[in-house]
Amino acid sequence: MTTDTSSYSTGSAGSAGSAASTASSANKAPPPAGGAGRTAERAARRRAALHWVAVHSLAIAAALFFVLPFVFVLLTAVMSDDQALTRELWPHTWQWGNFVEVWQTPGFLTWWRNTLLYAGLGTVLAVGSSLPVAYALAKFRFRGRNVMMMVVIAAMMLPPQVVIVPMYLFWAKQLDLAGTLWPLIIPFAFGNAFSIFLLRQFLLTIPREYTEAARIDGCGEFTTLLRVVLPMAKPAVAATALFHFFYCWNDYFGPQIYASENPGAWTLSYGLESFKGAHQTDWNLTMAATVLVMAPVIILFFFAQKAFVEGVTLTGVKG
Amino acid sequence: MTATHPGPKTGPHAGPRDARRDPALRAKRRRNALRTLGFLSPWLIGFSVFFAYPLIATVYFSFMKYDGFTAPEYVGLKNWSYVFQDNPFFWPALANMLWLIAVMVTLRVVFGLGIGLLITRIKTGAGVFRTLFYLPYLAPPVAATMAFVFLLNPGTGPVNTILDTLGISGPQWFNDASWSKPSLTILALWGIGDLMVIFMASLLDVPKEQYEAAELDGANSWHRFRYVTLPNISPIVLFAVITGVIATMQYYTEPLVAAKVASGVIGGSGQHFEPGYPDKSTLTVPQVVYNLGFQRFDTGAACVVALVLFVLAMVFTTFLMRRRSGFMSAED
Repeated sequence: MTTDTSSYSTGSAGSAGSAASTASSANKAPPPAGGAGRTAERAARRRAALHWVAVHSLAIAAALFFVLPFVFVLLTAVMSDDQALTRELWPHTWQWGNFVEVWQTPGFLTWWRNTLLYAGLGTVLAVGSSLPVAYALAKFRFRGRNVMMMVVIAAMMLPPQVVIVPMYLFWAKQLDLAGTLWPLIIPFAFGNAFSIFLLRQFLLTIPREYTEAARIDGCGEFTTLLRVVLPMAKPAVAATALFHFFYCWNDYFGPQIYASENPGAWTLSYGLESFKGAHQTDWNLTMAATVLVMAPVIILFFFAQKAFVEGVTLTGVKG
Repeated sequence: MTATHPGPKTGPHAGPRDARRDPALRAKRRRNALRTLGFLSPWLIGFSVFFAYPLIATVYFSFMKYDGFTAPEYVGLKNWSYVFQDNPFFWPALANMLWLIAVMVTLRVVFGLGIGLLITRIKTGAGVFRTLFYLPYLAPPVAATMAFVFLLNPGTGPVNTILDTLGISGPQWFNDASWSKPSLTILALWGIGDLMVIFMASLLDVPKEQYEAAELDGANSWHRFRYVTLPNISPIVLFAVITGVIATMQYYTEPLVAAKVASGVIGGSGQHFEPGYPDKSTLTVPQVVYNLGFQRFDTGAACVVALVLFVLAMVFTTFLMRRRSGFMSAED
């Protein structure tokens, strides 16, 4: 799949672009070669120009739909308290201090730390424990492998609410860990269905020759995995880690179940909602908080765009 | 599993007869089995403790009266009849799920395909457009939902403000029972990035020759879409529909946060919140599980609803595994 700048410049794109920018004068431009096909060529060129205009108008309209919500959120986030109560769209004064105020809200830093702990530790554990499982499912032959794979997919598709009641009783009554994030983090040390699935899909694409060669060189399977497969699977591991990090960062249900009783264990996603509660009518501060929760994910995306997009593709297309 | 039984008769996968004869081979087989078991062990434990056990326990509790404090007591089908006959939230939640499947999933697939088609045709600045179209998908659901409740709030929201200047009086959006699900649908369309990428990749995989052949046959652009594009990408469309349906069954954060914020209920604990505000219109099945299990401490009834959710999700997951053999295929 292509990413980045591949489609910025192809020969036809360039000419279509210049033709469209002077769509009306396209007719006057001298055709490169005379002959019988002159009028047909001119018509084709005009059609291409119209097509260019139509496609890019639609694209700009779509871009507005996707971008304007961010813009309005940002504009509101820097409004003064008084202005945020009005219907005005453009801030009179740019009150950047709103972000500082949110940052200094009691609890906000704690939520930040908790989220990093949940997402960071959770991701390391999930990827680390899922990799050997994915490797076995992709490269070993054993009886029941297909059943195993079905179980992984079923677990991946299972709504978390299906098993939440006994799970909560287990963590809260047996292990007394309610009010912490550990019930959410510890299970990741035992494989995560989505990570297993994603890693396996990628590992399937590694030719058998590489692992065979390592085996012939006398490497054990675990060494093969670490020395041969892991370096090749870096993009997949990065994509899986990103997905997992985002999953934890975005998770609302988990922290609601296990951490709601203890604000000291809240995460950003869970705390953000209560922020609205504490600032009932102050949309400016609420939106500033919203920006602060969105920003890290979007910044991370810009650093890891390619891995991310490849990962999404891997979930659906490659099989 | 006989079909997948290893074929080659040499090396570590020797047939059963040879293995029985040769003790060295048998030892090797056992070593291989232990190795496989070792690699799989995290998941074997994880699956047993975090899926199999709680699933069995959920079935058990669905026949018990248990409030989390006193000992569980067997009550037969009482929880089941309570959920199906007396619980005020169960049926509205199911009805909402059907609405969301019919409207939200359909629109998401159509819109995602449309955006995918659009982006493969953009000649200038495709990379920039692609990033812009993709970004909303990354917005954390709680943040995105709060943003949309703000954007669509009837008092000071920018959307109704703009509609007003155009002479249109906007609806009450998240505060109106007949507009709350459409509002959630707009939010879901905003985060179309996942489907866009999947459709884009599959559109780029359609063989060019087929388009050229169709063009030679004089096919117009609709014909090319109908007879070349669509047949080629139909497995991906199906994939998008089924995963969309399964995601809708799990739909939890957005409707809950929208309802809480729009109704002005303070997040966190302690405050009374009428689930599904306004008028049960944003109620989803997972919310019913939460409401029964964690707000009313009716463990048995919560487990009944959880099992209904389980059956629904597994029906569609089975369908997905059947239809997308690529999901399951392994190399051998």
